[in-house]
Amino acid sequence: MALTSPESKIWWNERIGRAELVWITIAFLWGVFMFSMMVWWHLEGNQNLSNEVYRIAPTKFEEKTEAFTEKYTVREEAGMPVAKPEPGAEVYMLSRLWEWWPILELKKGQTYRLHLSSMDWQHGFSLQPVNINIQVHPGLEHVVTLTPTQTGEFSVVCNEFCGVGHHTMVGRIHVVE
Amino acid sequence: MSVTTDTNIIGGVAAKFRTCPATGLDIDLAAQRLIKANAVAAIVFLAIGGLFGLLVALTRWPAVHLLSSDMFYLVLTAHGLDVLLVWIIFFEIAVLYFASAILLNCRLAAPRIAWVAFGLMMAGALLANVTVLQGEASVMFTSYVPLKAPPNFYLGLILFAVGALLGCFIFLGTLVIAKEEKTYEGSIPLVTFGALTACIIAVFTIASGAIILIPTWLWSLGYISHIDTVMYKLVWWAMGHSSQQINMAAQVAIWYAIPAILLGAKPLSEKVSRAAFLMYILFLQLASAHHMLVEPGISSEWKVFNTSYAIYLAVLGSMIHGMSIPGAIEAAQRRNGFTNGVFEWLRRAPWANPAWAGMFLSLVMFGFLGGISGVVLGTEQINIMLHNTLYVPGHFHATVVAGTTLAFMAITYLLVPLIFQREIIWPRLAKWQPYLFGLGAAGISLFMMGAGTLGVSRRHWDITFSDATLSFDYPPAAFLMLGLNGMSGILAAIGGGLFVVIIVASVLFGKKVDASNIVAALGPKPQKQMSDAVTSYGSAGTFHLPGTYILVSIFFTAFVLYYFVNWKYLSELWQMG
Ligand code: HEM
Ligand SMILES: [Cu+2]
Repeated sequence: MALTSPESKIWWNERIGRAELVWITIAFLWGVFMFSMMVWWHLEGNQNLSNEVYRIAPTKFEEKTEAFTEKYTVREEAGMPVAKPEPGAEVYMLSRLWEWWPILELKKGQTYRLHLSSMDWQHGFSLQPVNINIQVHPGLEHVVTLTPTQTGEFSVVCNEFCGVGHHTMVGRIHVVE
Repeated sequence: MSVTTDTNIIGGVAAKFRTCPATGLDIDLAAQRLIKANAVAAIVFLAIGGLFGLLVALTRWPAVHLLSSDMFYLVLTAHGLDVLLVWIIFFEIAVLYFASAILLNCRLAAPRIAWVAFGLMMAGALLANVTVLQGEASVMFTSYVPLKAPPNFYLGLILFAVGALLGCFIFLGTLVIAKEEKTYEGSIPLVTFGALTACIIAVFTIASGAIILIPTWLWSLGYISHIDTVMYKLVWWAMGHSSQQINMAAQVAIWYAIPAILLGAKPLSEKVSRAAFLMYILFLQLASAHHMLVEPGISSEWKVFNTSYAIYLAVLGSMIHGMSIPGAIEAAQRRNGFTNGVFEWLRRAPWANPAWAGMFLSLVMFGFLGGISGVVLGTEQINIMLHNTLYVPGHFHATVVAGTTLAFMAITYLLVPLIFQREIIWPRLAKWQPYLFGLGAAGISLFMMGAGTLGVSRRHWDITFSDATLSFDYPPAAFLMLGLNGMSGILAAIGGGLFVVIIVASVLFGKKVDASNIVAALGPKPQKQMSDAVTSYGSAGTFHLPGTYILVSIFFTAFVLYYFVNWKYLSELWQMG
């Protein structure tokens, strides 16, 4: 039994039962399938995380985001600027203790290049209720291509623990027709 | 009567032994004391950490919202630390000593050093706990840089890890001694092989831990100015996730051990089961990939290869155990005479024996809840929908609470008579314990997964965002999920508390066990319907095992369906590239 040494000393020569062989084969093929699925989705699927990343000093990213915001601000909301970039534009959103800045207004069906980075600690970009979650690091500028497919008011919740104010860190993205 | 002698000398080295009344094995008293010490330490930390878990669950229940935000993050840090690291690893050290010295009929290598290991682990655990409870180290047990804790937090973890590493070497040393002193014949038993797998992986993960924790400690002391945030996570999780494979190997070993003790089960094929363990070692690689799937600065090729453990070969290992364990049980029970219909063997299993019930619930819940959700969560693109939501703790409470913790509880019901030589006190109550805890654990897993699917963030004090400038409302169903999670947490805490009380009381006040009552002390066992012993059948693989085929088919169907449902959800997400 399992608690004692195998009865047959040359246990590696024992025949494997048929049922076990069948199951091993099915499980193996299923693994190959699941692996291929991820590869295939990179080729044919529409939801993949971009690999476009640059090293950047937080101050530099802050400058870029401020320049972007200044250029596109259309109004204020809760004391925060709302930037409405033209479709296809480079869009910036920075994270810091404890806000996502600025607020964005995007158009449905248009594709944007969203630049994300952190000024201080790691944060979690969690777009709700869509449920897209991306980790944000200080010192790395991550460029994600995003195409909103719904209109409405969306929130960016921080879902990486970032200290005592973590649960107050909410940003906003509006999507309009 | 169990006899204590020091005339019983193996291989020329004096060690004190007693003879086990159940098995006739020589039990090294030094090993026995160390197993007791490590198991007791483990259970104490389970009690503390479990209580913290309850407080966390009650805080996340919006209608109760028990703790203040500061306390919540503090207690959550302590919870992760005490249960995932301290409880599990102390218990694993006990399992390693049991699977080597006891099962191989051998003395434990270097008991003095084993005590040093115990002392280091205890000192480390206490230091880390005190630092967290002082309130300056609420960085979660993962302590992602640049979040910084005081140096003693990292130092505590390092001491704990060094102690555990010593424990691993004691295990390996014991295997060498047993081989040299020929205390067993042929190959080591399957359970010991599983423990060996756990130990090899442990050495790898502890090395990773040292590589990352030592620089982080120096950084916290001010000797190093910068730690790369992505690199930190990569190496930290080479410890953190790979060590889940230690739990896996240890708990699978227990899944083989308990049916062997209670039913006389034999593996269907030694070759297949051992190969499956080997896959854990060979294809473990950088399982840290599971935690890096939506991280910037890491290529998709790397993610896809590593998250799938090289085309799911380690998952294949688990799927193989998933058939060979119920198969071994069915074969043994059919041998015991329970041959009616497809499921008599399962119906007539000793469900009133907490060791059996805990083991079987652990197997089923690990597979159905933890295994399936883990593979889905670890799919590169699907992770975009689930990363850092409550789905993640939902998944790992299925693996590490419903799976590992319950399996460890189950084997404890046998360790108490075998090693502590005490009867389980209050068997009536003990009978219910695994069901209560199992139900609670299943609840917290499922409801956290449910809340996560609805987008609720993990490690988050206030899902109503009452202090935030901008507001957001999660759907009402999310509040319901968190309420149900809180109630399940209470159930799990009652079940866990019962376990601690029963075991502590049994160890202190249980009736002494000797040759006259050892068999009864192991709890109810099935009445054999046939007299010929189970020990004599050959390759169990030649049996027809319809019940197992059905169980495995149900599992596979659930797996495939759930997998595709998630791809469908993913395809409805905003387009991104
Ligand atoms: C009474 C039993 C338990 C209850 C009610 C419970 C409940 C919870 C809850 C509600 C969370 C927080 C999720 C969040 O807000 O992010 C959590 C986190 C966690 N639990 Fe448990 N748990 C229990 C037992 C355990 C056990 C036995 C283990 C390990 C063996 C465990 C391991 C963890 C870990 C590692 C975390 C993550 C901590 C972090 O995010 O830093 N839990 N638990
Ligand atoms: Cu944050």
